[in-house]
Amino acid sequence: MTPRLALRAAAVSLALSVLALAPSAHAADKIDPAADKAAFQKFFTDKFPKLKLEDFVNGPYSMNEDLHKQWEEKEEFPPYEFSLEAGKEMFTKPFKNGKSYADCFPNRGIGIRQNYPYFDEKEGKVVTLELALNRCREANGEAPFSYVKDDMAALTAYMAFTSRGKPMDIKIPNDPRALEAYQKGKEYFYTRRGQLNFSCATCHVQSPGERIRAEVLAPALGILNAMPIYRSEWSGMGTTSRRFTTCNSQIRGVPLNPQDDEYRNLEYYLSYVSNGLPISGPGARP
Amino acid sequence: MRATTIFAAVLLIANATAALAASEADYKAAYAAAEAANKEAGSLRNQWTTTASTLSAAKKAGDAGDFDTAVAQAKEAEALAKASIFQATSEKERWKDMEIH
Repeated sequence: MTPRLALRAAAVSLALSVLALAPSAHAADKIDPAADKAAFQKFFTDKFPKLKLEDFVNGPYSMNEDLHKQWEEKEEFPPYEFSLEAGKEMFTKPFKNGKSYADCFPNRGIGIRQNYPYFDEKEGKVVTLELALNRCREANGEAPFSYVKDDMAALTAYMAFTSRGKPMDIKIPNDPRALEAYQKGKEYFYTRRGQLNFSCATCHVQSPGERIRAEVLAPALGILNAMPIYRSEWSGMGTTSRRFTTCNSQIRGVPLNPQDDEYRNLEYYLSYVSNGLPISGPGARP
Repeated sequence: MRATTIFAAVLLIANATAALAASEADYKAAYAAAEAANKEAGSLRNQWTTTASTLSAAKKAGDAGDFDTAVAQAKEAEALAKASIFQATSEKERWKDMEIH
């Protein structure tokens, strides 16, 4: 074999081996939530080796020592306290028909935040805590609350508080529709959108701990465990719905309606990959 | 001869002005094209806020009779909407490149 032929043969065999390997780069086509969760958590613990797994739920406060000190001081007089008190009062006050939120939930609504969202096999869709609360209201003849305003934040703040410290425990039943919802949530998380061409992952996977203007970006791992949150930037409380819709508009994308399927699926994915991390809501953020 | 030259010049200027100034019909056509593209972006669940604000600016100029501005804004809105359609279409596969493995 002449040197030129040998070189060609080597080039062809290299090209073939690259082709053979190529499909494995997108082995993601197989839906495997357990493998996703392991890879997701490993990515963050490798990126921030000094952080304990449970510290990720503190968002930007876990990323920076100065911010952590600020957070410890804030927790002495937490800004979400008013909302928490209001939520407790609302939760325990009966509806006009005499029933209450407790009648709509397992364990009368106490200590169950870590199980939301769940996949409802009857409906064939993901049900979030916010959605379940409004369905409870409507089933008892009450008008639903806005998904992005104070009342919903207060209710979820109280329910999160009763679950503090419990590990997130999202189940994906052996149902192709549940796997599809999970996969669609994952796709939404990584899809670039808006004129700024950002995905959720652009900020919360590629850049946690970095600043975007004055803000320190939170890691995606455990980001929903702290919901709802009091944000100084908002001068008030915000629900998961508020967080998703404002993220979309900040990157110059028109937000979808709160609790549209895309957001429900996104919450399902993002909560599942944070399984095992403690509920820390309600939280406070800069 | 002189009169013919002047007449020709006047004709040229009139034609040039007509080519530059946009009419209400131009604005309506440009606006409809932009709106259609933005509707398509909506069906892909990927509209941009800037498309909406540029469409509003086009309408505001059109309502005020400033059709040059209205056409320019409508064309800008159409370009933005088409970019959002391209983004939504290409991201159907490209999102996987960012995934954690």
